[in-house]
Amino acid sequence: MNAPLARRRSPWRSPLRGPWLTSVLGAVLLVGIPVLFVTGLLSYAAYNPGLSAVNDKTPDKGLLGFYLFSWPTHPYWLYRLTQGVHVTLGIALVPVLLAKLWSVVPKLFTLPPVRSAGHALERLSLLLLVGGGLFEFTTGILNVQLDYVFPGSFYPLHFYGGWVFAGAVLAHVCLKLPTAVRALRSRDLRAELRTPTARTRPETGDTTGLVASDPAEPTISRRGALGMVGLGSLTLLLVTAGQSIGGPLRRTALLAPHGRSPGTGPGGFPVNKTAAGSHIRPQDVGTGWRLTVDGGAGTVQLTLDDLRQLPLHRAVLPIACVEGWSTGDQHWEGVRLRDLAALAGHEADPPGVFVESVQRTGSFRAVALSAGQVRDGRSLLALRVNGADLTHDHGYPARVIVPGAPGVMNTKWVGRLTFGATGFPEHA
Amino acid sequence: MKRLLHTLYGEPWWHLAALLASFALCGYALARLLSGDWWGVVQWAVGAAVVHDLVAVPLYGGADWLLHRAVRAGRPRSAAPVAVVNHIRVPAFVSLMLLLVYWPSITEDSGAQYRHATLLDPGVFRTRWLVVTGVLFALSGLHLTWRFRRDRSHPAD
Repeated sequence: MNAPLARRRSPWRSPLRGPWLTSVLGAVLLVGIPVLFVTGLLSYAAYNPGLSAVNDKTPDKGLLGFYLFSWPTHPYWLYRLTQGVHVTLGIALVPVLLAKLWSVVPKLFTLPPVRSAGHALERLSLLLLVGGGLFEFTTGILNVQLDYVFPGSFYPLHFYGGWVFAGAVLAHVCLKLPTAVRALRSRDLRAELRTPTARTRPETGDTTGLVASDPAEPTISRRGALGMVGLGSLTLLLVTAGQSIGGPLRRTALLAPHGRSPGTGPGGFPVNKTAAGSHIRPQDVGTGWRLTVDGGAGTVQLTLDDLRQLPLHRAVLPIACVEGWSTGDQHWEGVRLRDLAALAGHEADPPGVFVESVQRTGSFRAVALSAGQVRDGRSLLALRVNGADLTHDHGYPARVIVPGAPGVMNTKWVGRLTFGATGFPEHA
Repeated sequence: MKRLLHTLYGEPWWHLAALLASFALCGYALARLLSGDWWGVVQWAVGAAVVHDLVAVPLYGGADWLLHRAVRAGRPRSAAPVAVVNHIRVPAFVSLMLLLVYWPSITEDSGAQYRHATLLDPGVFRTRWLVVTGVLFALSGLHLTWRFRRDRSHPAD
């Protein structure tokens, strides 16, 4: 069969492109992207946005917050797991995403550009899919590297962008699943993994237009191409995952932002918000520091020594950041939040608490914790960690530590606890 | 009715239903996504798609084509140059993936912010990326040498 001579040579000549290869990559994403989506939604829930305006960076979410629930304190490693998976998997899926886009790129240039009204709508949906997907991956990857160049606050961009991407993915799966299943059945994966370059042939019986009309000689097998993508994902996983696993494996995260600890000793574990960076002045946390505990009926002022006289409890808990990195379990020692609630008049069934830092500006200098979080005996106003006083960068003289809560919910340099409140007190 | 839809729309009814449901959800989220710096967001989302499709794809496709030309250098097609190409292609691909994902760290685009927040030296990532790249190419080269030796001592055909 000879192609008509007059036909222009297509620049897309790879003999590997075809519905089977695209569907294999699609199948990987079909598992990975829902995991990213669900862990992403969980991360929003973990901030308990329903409690207070200060916890909620997307207050106009409307129906998109339908699933929210009070974030539990059991198991204490829950957020460490879900957010570690979210970030690490997202990073490891980048080569698969790009390979998937490579495999379908000729479709972008098909002629005529629009065949029918239906085709036009589908292409519009694909713009949301590709634009939304690249937007989500880009904003996420920039945010974990503290490179805030995107247009706006990360939380609304990534949350609403995630929903746009999810909507486009749903349509894409609905429209393409039958084709993908047929394509996956058209070739035997195990046979494909035994086929070397020399015996690699273009896919046959194509109805999707993905197979090159004028294929070049193969220079790599499908096995080789999938292996290359897999090796890319594996390498990204290896240079990233250690920052969420911690311990001796932290150092294997060669390129991840938190592949190292800033120091050694009791306070040497990673930090993401320093005293200097948060404009904490020495006098804010010096001998003049007082903790104000307000229970609604009156306030109690406590010095650091007063706090040290209260019953001290221990909790072994990690710090887990929205950026995916986490510390191993640290040994905290401090006053239970529920004991402080009792001190402020809430002897039984303490309510939630509004925690304010002495930090005067910046996001998350105050947060609201739920009643469930206050009542958990492991929720502390910690004074010590790993057998020593807190370091300035870990929140000296006192910081909150709550099991299962995202890092920013564990307020450092605490100055005021208002039980039963969910916002800043009205100043007369 | 079905025929009318097909004539006007060109696709079956469920195609339209799936897309309309999707657009409803996307539109609801988009209205919120675009409520701030909408032009910035549009530039980022559409820009990412355009840069990927019209810049990145031709760029890496072209680089791959040049690599073939350089390695083959006019010699007739045989298995050896293809093997050489792949032993450059694979480590280059992995290295570029690392560079792409960790671009802000490797270029120290947010170096000051990083040092400020984490107390860590932002200057290590470039060296680390270069070392990883070197190791990848070295391993690939060793593997290629091993393959050539094996093929020379046990010619396949």
